[in-house]
Amino acid sequence: MMFVIARRELRSLFLSPLAWMILAIVQLIMGFLFLSHVNIFLSVAPKLPLIHDAPGLTGLVAAPTLGNAAVLMLLIAPIMTMRVVAEERRNHTLTLLYTAPVSRLTIVLGKYLGILSFFLILIALIVLMPLSLLVGGHLDFGMLACGVLGLILLVMAFAAVGVFMSTLTSHPTLAAISTFGVLFLFWIIDWAGRGHGAGGAAVAYLSALNHYEPFLRGLFDTSALAYYLIVTAAFLGLGVRRLDADRVGA
Amino acid sequence: MNGQVLVEVEGVSRFYGKTAAVADVSFLIRRGEVLGFLGPNGAGKTTTMQMLSGNLAPSRGRVSIAGCDLLENPTRAKRHIGYLPENPPLYRELTVDEFLDFCAALHGLSGKDRKAARERAKTRCGLTEVGRRLTGHLSKGYQQRTGLAQAIIHNPDVIILDEPTVGLDPIQMREIRSLIRELGREHAVILSTHILPEVRASCDRVQIINRGRLVLNESIQDLDRRMQSSVLAVTFRRPPAPEALAALPGVGAVTAEGETRFKLFHDPAADPTEALIKLATDKEWGIYEISPERQSLEALFVELTGQAGEA
Repeated sequence: MMFVIARRELRSLFLSPLAWMILAIVQLIMGFLFLSHVNIFLSVAPKLPLIHDAPGLTGLVAAPTLGNAAVLMLLIAPIMTMRVVAEERRNHTLTLLYTAPVSRLTIVLGKYLGILSFFLILIALIVLMPLSLLVGGHLDFGMLACGVLGLILLVMAFAAVGVFMSTLTSHPTLAAISTFGVLFLFWIIDWAGRGHGAGGAAVAYLSALNHYEPFLRGLFDTSALAYYLIVTAAFLGLGVRRLDADRVGA
Repeated sequence: MNGQVLVEVEGVSRFYGKTAAVADVSFLIRRGEVLGFLGPNGAGKTTTMQMLSGNLAPSRGRVSIAGCDLLENPTRAKRHIGYLPENPPLYRELTVDEFLDFCAALHGLSGKDRKAARERAKTRCGLTEVGRRLTGHLSKGYQQRTGLAQAIIHNPDVIILDEPTVGLDPIQMREIRSLIRELGREHAVILSTHILPEVRASCDRVQIINRGRLVLNESIQDLDRRMQSSVLAVTFRRPPAPEALAALPGVGAVTAEGETRFKLFHDPAADPTEALIKLATDKEWGIYEISPERQSLEALFVELTGQAGEA
């Protein structure tokens, strides 16, 4: 049942020009960023053998590309998730799901999976760029896989925040703006924490970015994994609660 | 037609803040029955329908559908429900076929069953021609039919229709009404409406709700009996004295309506029409109009909902 909802969600996304536009624009921007990283690499490449333990192609091109992708995801996640529940509420189609023999959890998970599938397609297209380096070079696959895993985890959390924000309102734009606000705050919250002792460190720990960086360096950090999974589960849980409030609340 | 109880509503109330949209409503619907749900705007029709379909939780009371409690076991109970809300819930970017397939899949139908269910629902609702068109591009009437097809696609025991004929032309209305009658043979149907003749045309039983309370719950036959005429309106060219009319057997009271027109109130069991005509021709009163006055469903509706004073 969950997959029925997810498939419909994904299908409806690709029936609108929005999904195609975003895929196209992201490819364009990522292509540009990727090429500029390649350029930098080419300019420093001759000096690399002289440096002890120098970063390789993966570290100098693939990792920064994935790092840039994260920023783009921050901008895209609100747009892709804004309609997921808000628009259904507005068009009165939510009734259809509420009347069907599916639980609220199934509805939220189905919708979330639909959105997540879109992001996985997007990430797959982005990863093709560093993979194209195989034509003329070697990649550290472990490091690349780690970075991609980090990006997927990051996007999982972003999409969960977006889905929750979309359950709150019947105006997609409001959902997009609030998602962007929350994500941006998660992004920059470590600025506030810098150099303020233990309390500051605790605040900085909440930052989504801080947990992403180790993955890019090829470090698989289980605490970061837990961080993203907890954020995802928490926001999806809140979304289920919110849908239930439609039924119960005044 | 086995009369199995499919919907059981027990003391259901719903509050919005302190106002009760629906207060202590109880009723039953059996298989093979079409129940008409009447009420003025804001009387609690839609709220009741939303509670029956599991879209809204009652503040108090119990709803059970085909023996499953809607609150304790919503997923089981909802398998037996088909619901067409006021606004047909359509994904505008899908075609009619895609949309109906999705609805069938939501109810756990797959493969061959799904296709068969879709085709059956389309035939029943007259949608065979528009299967490949986008639901968002359909006219209001076709959107309404698609909404109806969605509600019956999984062959539910209980079909809940919130104003199903709104926006339809008279021919479509007739079609939908006969479809409702047909559905009412095997399922339990509950439909809400503003249109009073619709109730007479398609329902077996009528409920009138006003300010959240049920004020009437009767079968159409009982209602007809209740509304049966016990008043005759007569007009003469050469009117007699009212006393002469009052003397007729069975006539209780006579009121004059203008110079030549009278109203005769009689015992419903004893219709004085024939005796009156005979007397009038014998005495050459020049009778040229005689008609039984029917109390209309409308009048009853106005009386029960107390709208006359406010209107």
